[in-house]
Amino acid sequence: MKTLIDLKEGEKGLITGLDGGHGFINKLEALGIRKGVVIEKKSSQFMKGPVCIKIGACQVALGFGMARRIFVKETGRK
Amino acid sequence: MMKRIVLMGNPNVGKSVIFSRLTGVNVIASNYTGTTVEYTKGYIRKENEKSELIDAPGTYSLKATNRAEEVAVKIFHSSDLVINVLDATNLERNLNLTLQLLKSGKPVIVVLNFWDEVKHIGISINVDRLEKIIGVPVVTTCALTGEGIKNLFSRIDQAKARSYTFRENQRWSKVGHIIQNVQRISHRHHTVWERVLDLTIKPMTGLPLSILVLILSFAVIRFIGESLITYLFEPFFEKIYGPLILKLSSLLKPGMIHDILIGRLINGRIDFVESLGLLTTGLFVPFAMVLPYIFAFYLILSFLEDSGYLPRLAVLVDNFMHRLGLHGLSIIPMILGLGCNVPGALATRILETKKERFIAATVMAICVPCTAQIAMVMGLVGQYGVKGIGVVFFTLFIVGFVLGVIMNKLIKGESPEIFLEIPPYRIPYWKGLLKKLWMRIKGFLSEAVPYVIVGVFIINMLYVLGVISFLGKLSEPVIKGVLGLPKESVGALVIGFLRKDVAVGMLAPLGMSLKQLVIASVILTMYFPCVATFTVLVKELGILDMAKATAVMILSTLIVGGILNLIL
Repeated sequence: MKTLIDLKEGEKGLITGLDGGHGFINKLEALGIRKGVVIEKKSSQFMKGPVCIKIGACQVALGFGMARRIFVKETGRK
Repeated sequence: MMKRIVLMGNPNVGKSVIFSRLTGVNVIASNYTGTTVEYTKGYIRKENEKSELIDAPGTYSLKATNRAEEVAVKIFHSSDLVINVLDATNLERNLNLTLQLLKSGKPVIVVLNFWDEVKHIGISINVDRLEKIIGVPVVTTCALTGEGIKNLFSRIDQAKARSYTFRENQRWSKVGHIIQNVQRISHRHHTVWERVLDLTIKPMTGLPLSILVLILSFAVIRFIGESLITYLFEPFFEKIYGPLILKLSSLLKPGMIHDILIGRLINGRIDFVESLGLLTTGLFVPFAMVLPYIFAFYLILSFLEDSGYLPRLAVLVDNFMHRLGLHGLSIIPMILGLGCNVPGALATRILETKKERFIAATVMAICVPCTAQIAMVMGLVGQYGVKGIGVVFFTLFIVGFVLGVIMNKLIKGESPEIFLEIPPYRIPYWKGLLKKLWMRIKGFLSEAVPYVIVGVFIINMLYVLGVISFLGKLSEPVIKGVLGLPKESVGALVIGFLRKDVAVGMLAPLGMSLKQLVIASVILTMYFPCVATFTVLVKELGILDMAKATAVMILSTLIVGGILNLIL
């Protein structure tokens, strides 16, 4: 399955699942990152650095390890 | 009992600005998550009824994930009425908290802030319909310009309690349902400008740009600070204030009072740095040496804060910070610490775990010089340029890195990953920026100046009583043997507990070599934070952890000082 890491810059993806415990899911959910939402990858840093995504009107940066646990289905470019 | 009203909302939605507007109490506001980490209280008076208004830290949900959010949730539970502030440009995510607040059964009034921006970016929100659906009053504001604040003020009492019936796992679908009914987004393409700004967060372009921003900031701060000193403050002290004090000096007979007020005359003249009197050095240090840099630093910092650049910097440095057991967001306490270590220490609350807070606070207290310390370093080694200033700052940077790496290895606990909202870039609102600058300068003047004056007074007393020369003899093996400094410099270290900037006056007359000046600058910065920072750190870390941090400080100072003494 593809994760947020596999998306390319500028690509959009539908979140199909989150792999983690309650704490992880709650944390992401508070910012609207949840199953069934479409996000766009904005950028990623070198050497397993953080990934920036656009969700709704806002941008969120999250660590590589977190991004790896967010499964997505590619929905093409914007 | 007085009614307690709390401002609740996601981070960075403008709660603090609304708070200032409603109460007249000024609080610092910036364009990034977590500017408010402590609550501020104010009062509003309405038809003879006085209520308490609290500006709470921002939170995304009622389940707190860091200390700042814990503070917010606690205040929420103790409140009688909630003003829920939302970023109208980001309605969906903000409503998630709103529904949680409504469910609590407390009276709520909803504020849609940034209302002016909504149309701008092609969103239309049907306020009447939103009001009907959620069943509590909804008002629109643009807090920066003050639009809509009067309306909010007059409608606070209409806040309603409405218990909502939805299952927790249906909260987002409920939000989705509301959004579908009240919000229309007209599709809009990215502007060229937005694409350019996006470059600041992409690594290939963002990293070089961040270096450019930092170099530019440093250059501008130095230029403004030095210009103010050379063309304004020094001429004032030398040409206008100095002669007055000399007159006073000739009126006073030599003796105790003369020594305390004016200090020692050097070749019959007043030396504002070295005389060490209350009216000479006691005023010259805070006003003519530190204040110009405070002004310059906070001008630039406020600009960076309000533009929204800092969170992007946090993302860019994230990788580096992980080596220290921290993540990118900890750049914020470090940068604030460059102004003054006290707000820097408080800002560690935006970090989640105890380990992170300990490392961030310790590294900041040891290796991040505040503006007063920077002014001190400039005063001591500024004339040597890179050979002086460069060596001092480079040493501090390396020490901070090494300490972080070691602490990361030794301290148990988790270092979570960065998880941070990146706010949109905003053009700083100059009125807000100037107000913030003024608040910070006032803070410096009211807190630092008394300390400097007390510090100068204490030094004089210690000299007179012979305490300094006693301590000098006592610590000679360490000061001279390990650090290679003259034993008289112990006076500077003693007074450095109180204020570091005063210490320049005590080191300057010792005629030290460049090597000694560099070592003195480094250890004065490292060995101990000033009293004000120490007090805050005890509160933030607890006595036990602060004792550990202090041990790290003293140990690393001796090691670094000793190494510098050997290799320079």
